[in-house]
Amino acid sequence: MKRSIAAVAALALALGLAACAGSGAPAGAGTSSEAAATTLTVFAAASLKSSFTELADTFEAQHPGTRVSLSFAGSSDLATQINQGAPADVFASADTKNMDKVTVAGLAEGDPRVFATNTLAIAVPAGNPARVTGFQDLARDGLRLVTCARQVPCGAAAATVADKAGVTLRPVSEENAVTDVLGKVTSGEADAGLVYVTDVKSAGDKVDSIPFPEAGAALNSYPIAALSGAKDKETAKAFIDLVLASEGQQVLAKAGFGAGRQ
Amino acid sequence: MKLPARQPYTGIPRWVSGLAVLAALVVILPLIAIVARVNWANFIPLVTSESALDALGLSLRTSAASTLLCIVLGVPLALVLARGSFPFQRLLRSLVLLPLVLPPVVGGIALLYTFGRQGLLGGALQVLGIQIAFSTTAVVLAQTFVALPFLVVSLEGALRIGGQKYEAVAATLGAPPGVVFRRVTLPLILPGLASGAVLSFARSLGEFGATLTFAGSLQGVTRTLPLEIYLQRETDPDAAVALSLVLVAVAVAVVALAYGRPGGLQRQGPALWGRSGQRPTTPGTAGGTVR
Repeated sequence: MKRSIAAVAALALALGLAACAGSGAPAGAGTSSEAAATTLTVFAAASLKSSFTELADTFEAQHPGTRVSLSFAGSSDLATQINQGAPADVFASADTKNMDKVTVAGLAEGDPRVFATNTLAIAVPAGNPARVTGFQDLARDGLRLVTCARQVPCGAAAATVADKAGVTLRPVSEENAVTDVLGKVTSGEADAGLVYVTDVKSAGDKVDSIPFPEAGAALNSYPIAALSGAKDKETAKAFIDLVLASEGQQVLAKAGFGAGRQ
Repeated sequence: MKLPARQPYTGIPRWVSGLAVLAALVVILPLIAIVARVNWANFIPLVTSESALDALGLSLRTSAASTLLCIVLGVPLALVLARGSFPFQRLLRSLVLLPLVLPPVVGGIALLYTFGRQGLLGGALQVLGIQIAFSTTAVVLAQTFVALPFLVVSLEGALRIGGQKYEAVAATLGAPPGVVFRRVTLPLILPGLASGAVLSFARSLGEFGATLTFAGSLQGVTRTLPLEIYLQRETDPDAAVALSLVLVAVAVAVVALAYGRPGGLQRQGPALWGRSGQRPTTPGTAGGTVR
């Protein structure tokens, strides 16, 4: 009796989870009826959303019958998902640290290649009400600066830049993600925020960007790799080639990324 | 098939029991998983690191403050909702309950556009020299916003079920409304107030989304325990799990305090609930109250 209840429970739990997993999967999961179609699943850092969406369209146009299914999230979340067995074919990370988690686990096919770089920029609310002109201004008394926490890549980059420039930053908030920093700036709560160049570009006219030479001290590299679990290794490799080719590099440059070192 | 005389019917179909076990598992399994994942060798150092203690201290202080604020504001509101009669009363009740079902991040955005620099009250606050965003005050405000409905719902239930006969008697004996409120109403609703306050405290302790959106995250100022867990998760999953267990332990204590003990809080109040033995119920014990 007890055992049968446990069995029923396990079965129901499994069914429930399967149903949830089904609804959470990309729409491509349901296209198995089109037998010829292959689906390439790309896990990419959140900052790549606009450029990779565009590149996926290009790739589908160049490879009829292939669907690219994109999953965007923080790189550390994606790396964790891949290491837990998520069915991804390609991983594009916003930093080498999280790519290393995947390579160390032996899940990457070949060496990851750096396809883009990103640098920090100062984001200020439109019109720059606090009149920030450079990195030194961020240490000014009474200026409400928001950065990322040191535990996340953008915060580590901010700390590196500040150390190199000899400036002590006293942020009023240390956020978990670049998007949270940007949110505080766009809403006008913060006078300035340290984010990536690409974030300022995507935020449109709600924020102004102030580039600063010290940003070069922390260049963030974006590595990409095919995963050893990829169902179709050729397609995965073809997608990476597109990202590294001049066509892909142009799309990335348009979003504000620097060129990858290859 | 003879039913034993005068025995309450307790038959439960087997499949219902099966689903009940499943329901319990849905809640209990993840808790077991957390306990299983704790790095016990390093548990003490992990939960007593400077940042962890700062976060725990801040969480307890802000939750206590917001619970107090909930009591000061929630008791009058519940009283007015339960006993008053004015236009749009039903509408007001629905609106007050809204934070119960609103995603906290929406609450955070709403608070930002109320108290923020460019918010509804931002200009007035700036004239007074008050800055709320990025301060501990913002944390307390966010917690009060999400926790207030818990107190109001608990109390309103207690007020409605308790009825007004004792107050009416006191009034006929010549007690002015102030005295009736202090000497009769307050003691009557004390059990409901206590469980409402405990629930508000628990909800404040767990507040995450509104705080992150509205108050920011800075050690010792706005980074409460849930925010600290979210941040530690990025680099030190062991610390995140250890701190999660601390919050689970606090939650267990809170639930035990509010409901767990046989005849807990609700029996400590004056035994005035009539011969039927009916006690004031909170939405947690009688599901139908929250509408």
